[in-house]
Amino acid sequence: MKISVTVNGEKRDNEVEPRLLLVHYLRDVLALTGTNVGCDTSSCGACTILLEGQSVKSCTVLAAQADGATITTIEGLAGPDRMHPVQEAFREHHGLQCGYCTPGMVMAAVSLIEEVPDLDEAKVREGLEGNLCRCTGYHNIVKAVLAAAKTPARSAS
Amino acid sequence: MIPAAFDYQRPASVDEAIRLLTDSGDEAKILAGGHSLLPLMKLRLAAPSLLIDIGRLRDLSYITDAGDHIAIGALTRHHEVETSSVLRAQVPLLAHATSQVGDPQVRHRGTIGGSLAHGDPASDLPAVCLALGATFTAAGPGGSRQIPADDFFQGFLETALEPNEVLVEISVPKVPDAGWSFQKFNRRAQDWAIVGVAAVHNGSTGVALVNMASTPVRASSVESAIAGGASAGEAAAHASDGLDPPADLNASTEYRRHLAEVLVRRALQEAGVA
Repeated sequence: MKISVTVNGEKRDNEVEPRLLLVHYLRDVLALTGTNVGCDTSSCGACTILLEGQSVKSCTVLAAQADGATITTIEGLAGPDRMHPVQEAFREHHGLQCGYCTPGMVMAAVSLIEEVPDLDEAKVREGLEGNLCRCTGYHNIVKAVLAAAKTPARSAS
Repeated sequence: MIPAAFDYQRPASVDEAIRLLTDSGDEAKILAGGHSLLPLMKLRLAAPSLLIDIGRLRDLSYITDAGDHIAIGALTRHHEVETSSVLRAQVPLLAHATSQVGDPQVRHRGTIGGSLAHGDPASDLPAVCLALGATFTAAGPGGSRQIPADDFFQGFLETALEPNEVLVEISVPKVPDAGWSFQKFNRRAQDWAIVGVAAVHNGSTGVALVNMASTPVRASSVESAIAGGASAGEAAAHASDGLDPPADLNASTEYRRHLAEVLVRRALQEAGVA
Protein backbone atom coordinates (compact mmCIF):
# COMPACT_ATOMS: atom_id res chain seq x y z
CA MET A 1 0.00 0.00 0.00
CA LYS A 2 1.01 3.60 -0.50
CA ILE A 3 1.66 5.85 2.46
CA SER A 4 2.49 9.51 2.65
CA VAL A 5 4.04 10.95 5.80
CA THR A 6 5.89 14.08 6.80
CA VAL A 7 9.08 13.11 8.60
CA ASN A 8 11.23 15.84 10.14
CA GLY A 9 9.54 18.37 7.90
CA GLU A 10 10.01 16.44 4.69
CA LYS A 11 7.15 14.79 2.81
CA ARG A 12 7.84 11.12 2.06
CA ASP A 13 5.78 8.82 -0.17
CA ASN A 14 6.47 5.12 -0.16
CA GLU A 15 4.95 1.81 -1.08
CA VAL A 16 4.96 -0.41 2.01
CA GLU A 17 3.71 -3.79 3.11
CA PRO A 18 0.83 -3.42 5.62
CA ARG A 19 2.81 -5.35 8.22
CA LEU A 20 5.81 -3.01 8.07
CA LEU A 21 6.41 -1.52 11.50
CA LEU A 22 6.93 2.21 11.74
CA VAL A 23 10.38 1.78 13.28
CA HIS A 24 11.48 -0.40 10.35
CA TYR A 25 10.02 2.12 7.92
CA LEU A 26 12.06 4.90 9.54
CA ARG A 27 15.26 2.88 9.78
CA ASP A 28 15.22 0.68 6.69
CA VAL A 29 13.20 2.66 4.15
CA LEU A 30 14.11 6.24 5.12
CA ALA A 31 17.57 5.35 6.53
CA LEU A 32 16.86 7.32 9.70
CA THR A 33 18.78 5.00 11.99
CA GLY A 34 18.87 7.34 14.97
CA THR A 35 15.73 5.63 16.24
CA ASN A 36 16.89 2.41 17.89
CA VAL A 37 15.18 -0.93 18.30
CA GLY A 38 15.70 -2.19 21.82
CA CYS A 39 13.33 -4.75 23.26
CA ASP A 40 10.95 -4.78 20.28
CA THR A 41 8.07 -5.45 22.72
CA SER A 42 6.95 -1.89 23.60
CA SER A 43 8.71 -2.04 26.96
CA CYS A 44 12.05 -0.24 26.66
CA GLY A 45 11.20 2.95 24.78
CA ALA A 46 14.40 3.05 22.68
CA CYS A 47 12.23 3.42 19.56
CA THR A 48 10.27 6.41 20.88
CA ILE A 49 9.43 9.05 18.27
CA LEU A 50 6.89 11.86 18.08
CA LEU A 51 3.73 11.07 16.13
CA GLU A 52 1.62 14.22 15.76
CA GLY A 53 3.77 15.69 18.52
CA GLN A 54 3.18 12.90 21.06
CA SER A 55 5.69 10.27 22.14
CA VAL A 56 4.90 6.78 20.84
CA LYS A 57 6.82 3.52 20.61
CA SER A 58 7.41 3.06 16.91
CA CYS A 59 7.94 -0.71 17.27
CA THR A 60 4.24 -0.99 18.12
CA VAL A 61 2.79 1.18 15.36
CA LEU A 62 2.33 0.09 11.76
CA ALA A 63 3.71 2.39 9.09
CA ALA A 64 0.20 2.15 7.63
CA GLN A 65 -1.26 3.64 10.81
CA ALA A 66 1.03 6.64 10.43
CA ASP A 67 -0.16 7.37 6.89
CA GLY A 68 -0.84 11.11 6.62
CA ALA A 69 0.83 11.88 9.94
CA THR A 70 3.60 14.23 10.96
CA ILE A 71 6.56 12.47 12.54
CA THR A 72 9.61 13.77 14.34
CA THR A 73 12.61 11.53 15.00
CA ILE A 74 15.80 12.31 16.88
CA GLU A 75 17.34 13.47 13.57
CA GLY A 76 14.70 16.17 13.29
CA LEU A 77 15.19 17.85 16.66
CA ALA A 78 18.33 19.90 16.18
CA GLY A 79 18.39 23.10 14.18
CA PRO A 80 21.07 23.86 11.59
CA ASP A 81 23.26 25.64 14.13
CA ARG A 82 22.45 24.19 17.46
CA MET A 83 21.00 21.25 19.25
CA HIS A 84 17.53 21.10 20.73
CA PRO A 85 17.42 22.25 24.39
CA VAL A 86 16.77 18.70 25.55
CA GLN A 87 19.79 17.45 23.62
CA GLU A 88 21.91 20.25 25.05
CA ALA A 89 20.75 19.42 28.55
CA PHE A 90 21.62 15.73 28.09
CA ARG A 91 25.15 16.76 27.06
CA GLU A 92 25.52 19.33 29.81
CA HIS A 93 24.32 16.99 32.58
CA HIS A 94 25.90 13.83 31.22
CA GLY A 95 22.49 12.25 30.70
CA LEU A 96 23.89 9.29 28.83
CA GLN A 97 26.41 6.53 29.24
CA CYS A 98 26.38 3.98 26.41
CA GLY A 99 23.84 6.10 24.54
CA TYR A 100 21.58 3.34 23.28
CA CYS A 101 18.46 4.50 25.11
CA THR A 102 19.26 8.17 24.49
CA PRO A 103 17.28 8.90 21.31
CA GLY A 104 14.17 7.40 22.89
CA MET A 105 14.81 9.14 26.22
CA VAL A 106 15.22 12.49 24.47
CA MET A 107 12.04 12.07 22.42
CA ALA A 108 10.06 10.94 25.46
CA ALA A 109 11.41 13.93 27.39
CA VAL A 110 10.45 16.39 24.62
CA SER A 111 6.89 15.06 24.73
CA LEU A 112 6.80 15.07 28.53
CA ILE A 113 8.03 18.68 28.78
CA GLU A 114 5.42 19.71 26.24
CA GLU A 115 2.64 17.94 28.15
CA VAL A 116 3.40 18.64 31.80
CA PRO A 117 3.97 22.30 32.63
CA ASP A 118 5.11 21.92 36.24
CA LEU A 119 7.63 19.10 36.12
CA ASP A 120 9.45 18.09 39.28
CA GLU A 121 11.74 15.15 39.91
CA ALA A 122 8.93 12.74 40.78
CA LYS A 123 6.95 13.70 37.68
CA VAL A 124 9.99 13.27 35.45
CA ARG A 125 10.69 9.83 36.87
CA GLU A 126 7.08 8.81 36.40
CA GLY A 127 6.92 10.40 32.97
CA LEU A 128 9.94 8.40 31.80
CA GLU A 129 8.63 5.07 33.13
CA GLY A 130 8.34 3.82 29.57
CA ASN A 131 12.06 4.23 28.88
CA LEU A 132 14.67 1.85 30.25
CA CYS A 133 18.39 2.61 30.61
CA ARG A 134 20.44 -0.56 30.95
CA CYS A 135 23.37 1.54 32.26
CA THR A 136 20.94 2.68 34.99
CA GLY A 137 22.01 6.25 34.37
CA TYR A 138 18.70 7.62 35.49
CA HIS A 139 19.94 10.29 37.92
CA ASN A 140 21.61 12.39 35.28
CA ILE A 141 18.83 11.77 32.78
CA VAL A 142 16.35 13.19 35.28
CA LYS A 143 18.67 16.15 35.97
CA ALA A 144 18.93 16.81 32.25
CA VAL A 145 15.17 16.72 31.71
CA LEU A 146 14.54 19.05 34.64
CA ALA A 147 17.16 21.46 33.32
CA ALA A 148 15.69 21.34 29.82
CA ALA A 149 12.21 21.95 31.21
CA LYS A 150 13.46 25.26 32.63
CA THR A 151 14.92 26.35 29.30
CA PRO A 152 12.63 28.76 27.48
CA ALA A 153 11.03 26.86 24.61
CA ARG A 154 12.51 27.79 21.28
CA SER A 155 12.13 26.42 17.85
CA ALA A 156 15.20 24.44 16.90
CA SER A 157 14.59 24.45 13.20
CA MET B 1 9.82 -9.28 15.28
CA ILE B 2 7.56 -8.97 12.30
CA PRO B 3 3.88 -9.93 12.19
CA ALA B 4 2.61 -12.51 9.70
CA ALA B 5 1.35 -10.90 6.50
CA PHE B 6 -2.17 -9.54 6.46
CA ASP B 7 -4.45 -7.39 4.36
CA TYR B 8 -5.22 -3.92 5.63
CA GLN B 9 -8.43 -1.95 5.27
CA ARG B 10 -9.26 1.47 6.63
CA PRO B 11 -13.07 1.83 6.68
CA ALA B 12 -14.57 5.33 6.70
CA SER B 13 -17.38 4.44 9.11
CA VAL B 14 -18.41 1.93 11.75
CA ASP B 15 -20.98 0.54 9.30
CA GLU B 16 -18.27 -0.13 6.76
CA ALA B 17 -16.15 -1.81 9.45
CA ILE B 18 -19.09 -4.06 10.33
CA ARG B 19 -19.56 -4.94 6.65
CA LEU B 20 -15.89 -5.85 6.35
CA LEU B 21 -16.11 -7.97 9.50
CA THR B 22 -19.23 -9.71 8.24
CA ASP B 23 -17.63 -10.47 4.88
CA SER B 24 -14.45 -11.89 6.36
CA GLY B 25 -15.83 -14.22 9.03
CA ASP B 26 -13.55 -14.66 12.01
CA GLU B 27 -10.35 -14.11 10.02
CA ALA B 28 -10.40 -10.35 10.60
CA LYS B 29 -9.47 -8.28 13.62
CA ILE B 30 -10.34 -4.70 14.43
CA LEU B 31 -7.29 -2.47 14.92
CA ALA B 32 -7.73 0.57 17.17
CA GLY B 33 -4.57 1.87 18.87
CA GLY B 34 -2.88 -1.47 18.35
CA HIS B 35 -1.20 -1.69 21.74
CA SER B 36 -2.83 -4.98 22.68
CA LEU B 37 -3.13 -6.56 19.24
CA LEU B 38 0.17 -5.66 17.57
CA PRO B 39 2.36 -7.14 20.34
CA LEU B 40 0.44 -10.42 19.99
CA MET B 41 0.83 -10.32 16.22
CA LYS B 42 4.57 -9.65 16.49
CA LEU B 43 4.91 -12.73 18.68
CA ARG B 44 2.75 -14.60 16.12
CA LEU B 45 0.31 -15.47 18.89
CA ALA B 46 -2.29 -13.84 16.65
CA ALA B 47 -2.24 -13.93 12.86
CA PRO B 48 -5.42 -12.36 11.47
CA SER B 49 -5.62 -12.34 7.68
CA LEU B 50 -7.24 -8.91 7.67
CA LEU B 51 -6.77 -5.89 9.90
CA ILE B 52 -9.62 -3.40 9.87
CA ASP B 53 -8.08 -0.14 11.09
CA ILE B 54 -10.78 1.98 12.74
CA GLY B 55 -8.19 4.24 14.37
CA ARG B 56 -9.19 7.25 12.32
CA LEU B 57 -12.90 7.17 13.12
CA ARG B 58 -12.53 10.21 15.29
CA ASP B 59 -16.29 10.45 15.87
CA LEU B 60 -15.74 7.48 18.21
CA SER B 61 -13.43 9.60 20.36
CA TYR B 62 -15.36 11.63 22.94
CA ILE B 63 -16.08 12.02 26.63
CA THR B 64 -19.63 13.30 27.12
CA ASP B 65 -21.58 14.16 30.23
CA ALA B 66 -24.89 12.32 29.72
CA GLY B 67 -26.85 13.05 32.88
CA ASP B 68 -26.33 10.24 35.37
CA HIS B 69 -23.44 8.74 33.44
CA ILE B 70 -20.46 9.65 31.29
CA ALA B 71 -20.41 8.31 27.74
CA ILE B 72 -16.94 7.54 26.41
CA GLY B 73 -16.29 6.77 22.75
CA ALA B 74 -14.46 3.48 22.28
CA LEU B 75 -11.58 5.14 20.42
CA THR B 76 -10.85 7.63 23.18
CA ARG B 77 -7.19 7.26 23.97
CA HIS B 78 -5.98 6.50 27.49
CA HIS B 79 -4.20 9.85 27.59
CA GLU B 80 -7.51 11.65 26.98
CA VAL B 81 -9.28 9.62 29.67
CA GLU B 82 -6.61 10.16 32.32
CA THR B 83 -6.47 13.92 31.70
CA SER B 84 -10.23 14.49 31.29
CA SER B 85 -11.47 17.03 33.83
CA VAL B 86 -15.00 15.60 33.52
CA LEU B 87 -13.84 12.09 34.37
CA ARG B 88 -11.49 13.27 37.11
CA ALA B 89 -14.45 14.94 38.78
CA GLN B 90 -17.21 12.42 38.05
CA VAL B 91 -15.45 9.04 37.81
CA PRO B 92 -12.06 9.58 39.44
CA LEU B 93 -11.45 5.81 39.74
CA LEU B 94 -11.47 5.46 35.95
CA ALA B 95 -9.26 8.50 35.31
CA HIS B 96 -6.74 7.38 37.92
CA ALA B 97 -6.63 3.71 36.90
CA THR B 98 -6.15 4.76 33.28
CA SER B 99 -3.10 6.82 34.33
CA GLN B 100 -1.61 3.53 35.57
CA VAL B 101 -1.95 1.73 32.23
CA GLY B 102 1.41 1.00 30.59
CA ASP B 103 3.45 4.18 30.22
CA PRO B 104 2.93 7.60 28.58
CA GLN B 105 3.82 6.34 25.09
CA VAL B 106 1.36 3.46 25.41
CA ARG B 107 -1.33 5.80 26.71
CA HIS B 108 -0.83 8.13 23.75
CA ARG B 109 -1.85 5.30 21.40
CA GLY B 110 -3.96 2.80 23.33
CA THR B 111 -7.74 3.25 23.47
CA ILE B 112 -10.27 2.42 26.16
CA GLY B 113 -12.37 0.37 23.74
CA GLY B 114 -9.38 -1.55 22.41
CA SER B 115 -8.29 -2.45 25.91
CA LEU B 116 -11.77 -3.65 26.91
CA ALA B 117 -12.50 -5.52 23.68
CA HIS B 118 -9.19 -7.35 24.07
CA GLY B 119 -10.61 -8.90 27.27
CA ASP B 120 -7.27 -9.47 28.94
CA PRO B 121 -7.63 -10.50 32.62
CA ALA B 122 -4.30 -8.75 33.33
CA SER B 123 -5.57 -5.39 32.04
CA ASP B 124 -6.54 -2.68 34.47
CA LEU B 125 -9.63 -1.22 32.82
CA PRO B 126 -11.88 -4.30 32.66
CA ALA B 127 -11.78 -4.66 36.45
CA VAL B 128 -12.45 -0.93 36.83
CA CYS B 129 -15.50 -1.21 34.56
CA LEU B 130 -16.78 -4.20 36.54
CA ALA B 131 -16.39 -2.38 39.86
CA LEU B 132 -18.15 0.70 38.48
CA GLY B 133 -20.96 -1.27 36.83
CA ALA B 134 -20.21 0.12 33.36
CA THR B 135 -22.28 -0.69 30.28
CA PHE B 136 -20.82 -1.28 26.83
CA THR B 137 -22.48 -0.52 23.50
CA ALA B 138 -21.73 -2.86 20.61
CA ALA B 139 -22.70 -2.06 17.03
CA GLY B 140 -23.46 -4.90 14.62
CA PRO B 141 -25.26 -5.53 11.32
CA GLY B 142 -28.67 -5.39 13.03
CA GLY B 143 -28.04 -2.21 15.00
CA SER B 144 -26.55 -1.71 18.43
CA ARG B 145 -27.07 -3.37 21.80
CA GLN B 146 -26.06 -2.71 25.38
CA ILE B 147 -23.93 -5.22 27.26
CA PRO B 148 -23.42 -4.87 31.03
CA ALA B 149 -19.76 -5.20 32.02
CA ASP B 150 -20.76 -8.21 34.13
CA ASP B 151 -21.81 -10.11 30.98
CA PHE B 152 -18.98 -8.91 28.74
CA PHE B 153 -15.87 -10.85 29.80
CA GLN B 154 -16.51 -14.49 28.97
CA GLY B 155 -13.16 -16.24 28.71
CA PHE B 156 -9.44 -15.66 28.27
CA LEU B 157 -9.22 -12.84 25.68
CA GLU B 158 -12.84 -13.64 24.88
CA THR B 159 -15.76 -11.21 25.15
CA ALA B 160 -19.48 -11.17 24.43
CA LEU B 161 -18.81 -9.30 21.17
CA GLU B 162 -19.96 -11.25 18.12
CA PRO B 163 -17.35 -11.63 15.35
CA ASN B 164 -19.11 -8.91 13.36
CA GLU B 165 -19.71 -6.48 16.21
CA VAL B 166 -17.68 -3.42 17.11
CA LEU B 167 -17.48 -1.94 20.60
CA VAL B 168 -18.45 1.71 20.12
CA GLU B 169 -19.18 3.24 23.52
CA ILE B 170 -18.50 2.76 27.21
CA SER B 171 -20.99 4.21 29.67
CA VAL B 172 -19.88 4.68 33.27
CA PRO B 173 -22.13 5.86 36.09
CA LYS B 174 -21.14 9.15 37.70
CA VAL B 175 -19.84 8.62 41.22
CA PRO B 176 -18.38 12.02 42.19
CA ASP B 177 -18.73 11.48 45.93
CA ALA B 178 -17.97 7.77 46.17
CA GLY B 179 -14.95 6.40 47.97
CA TRP B 180 -12.69 4.55 45.57
CA SER B 181 -9.35 2.84 45.27
CA PHE B 182 -7.20 1.27 42.62
CA GLN B 183 -4.44 -1.01 43.84
CA LYS B 184 -1.92 -2.26 41.31
CA PHE B 185 0.95 -4.46 42.42
CA ASN B 186 3.80 -4.99 40.01
CA ARG B 187 7.58 -5.25 40.08
CA ARG B 188 8.41 -2.59 37.50
CA ALA B 189 6.54 0.66 36.94
CA GLN B 190 5.23 -0.14 33.49
CA ASP B 191 4.43 -3.84 34.03
CA TRP B 192 1.04 -5.49 34.06
CA ALA B 193 -0.45 -5.93 37.51
CA ILE B 194 0.55 -9.18 39.19
CA VAL B 195 -2.70 -8.59 41.03
CA GLY B 196 -4.87 -5.49 40.90
CA VAL B 197 -8.00 -4.38 42.72
CA ALA B 198 -10.59 -1.77 41.78
CA ALA B 199 -13.05 -0.72 44.46
CA VAL B 200 -15.83 1.83 44.60
CA HIS B 201 -17.83 2.47 47.77
CA ASN B 202 -21.02 4.39 47.22
CA GLY B 203 -23.73 3.04 49.48
CA SER B 204 -23.14 -0.35 47.93
CA THR B 205 -19.61 -1.53 47.28
CA GLY B 206 -18.17 -2.79 43.97
CA VAL B 207 -14.90 -4.72 43.98
CA ALA B 208 -13.20 -6.36 41.01
CA LEU B 209 -9.87 -8.07 40.48
CA VAL B 210 -7.11 -7.89 37.89
CA ASN B 211 -5.19 -11.05 36.96
CA MET B 212 -6.88 -13.37 39.44
CA ALA B 213 -8.71 -15.62 36.95
CA SER B 214 -8.92 -16.35 33.23
CA THR B 215 -11.17 -13.31 32.91
CA PRO B 216 -11.42 -9.96 34.66
CA VAL B 217 -13.57 -10.87 37.64
CA ARG B 218 -15.86 -9.37 40.25
CA ALA B 219 -14.99 -10.23 43.86
CA SER B 220 -18.58 -11.24 44.66
CA SER B 221 -17.79 -12.84 48.02
CA VAL B 222 -16.08 -9.67 49.20
CA GLU B 223 -19.02 -7.56 48.07
CA SER B 224 -21.58 -9.74 49.86
CA ALA B 225 -19.45 -9.85 53.02
CA ILE B 226 -19.49 -6.05 53.13
CA ALA B 227 -23.21 -5.97 52.42
CA GLY B 228 -23.56 -8.32 55.41
CA GLY B 229 -21.70 -5.90 57.66
CA ALA B 230 -18.16 -7.31 57.54
CA SER B 231 -15.18 -5.01 58.14
CA ALA B 232 -12.61 -4.37 55.42
CA GLY B 233 -10.27 -6.94 56.97
CA GLU B 234 -12.98 -9.58 57.32
CA ALA B 235 -14.29 -9.03 53.80
CA ALA B 236 -10.79 -9.14 52.31
CA ALA B 237 -10.34 -12.68 53.62
CA HIS B 238 -12.85 -13.68 50.90
CA ALA B 239 -10.82 -12.03 48.08
CA SER B 240 -10.07 -15.23 46.20
CA ASP B 241 -13.14 -17.27 47.18
CA GLY B 242 -14.16 -19.45 44.27
CA LEU B 243 -11.21 -18.30 42.15
CA ASP B 244 -8.33 -20.32 40.78
CA PRO B 245 -5.75 -17.64 40.05
CA PRO B 246 -3.08 -18.42 37.46
CA ALA B 247 0.55 -19.20 38.24
CA ASP B 248 3.26 -17.66 36.06
CA LEU B 249 6.82 -16.31 36.20
CA ASN B 250 5.75 -13.46 38.46
CA ALA B 251 3.66 -15.28 41.02
CA SER B 252 2.39 -18.65 42.16
CA THR B 253 -1.31 -19.26 42.71
CA GLU B 254 -0.82 -19.08 46.47
CA TYR B 255 1.10 -15.82 46.26
CA ARG B 256 -1.68 -14.32 44.14
CA ARG B 257 -4.27 -15.37 46.74
CA HIS B 258 -2.20 -13.70 49.45
CA LEU B 259 -1.71 -10.54 47.38
CA ALA B 260 -5.41 -10.37 46.60
CA GLU B 261 -6.33 -10.41 50.27
CA VAL B 262 -3.79 -7.73 51.16
CA LEU B 263 -4.70 -5.51 48.22
CA VAL B 264 -8.46 -5.91 48.69
CA ARG B 265 -8.07 -4.89 52.33
CA ARG B 266 -6.06 -1.82 51.34
CA ALA B 267 -8.53 -0.96 48.59
CA LEU B 268 -11.55 -1.25 50.88
CA GLN B 269 -9.90 0.87 53.55
CA GLU B 270 -8.87 3.51 51.05
CA ALA B 271 -12.40 3.52 49.61
CA GLY B 272 -13.78 4.18 53.07
CA VAL B 273 -15.14 0.78 54.12
CA ALA B 274 -14.75 0.59 57.89
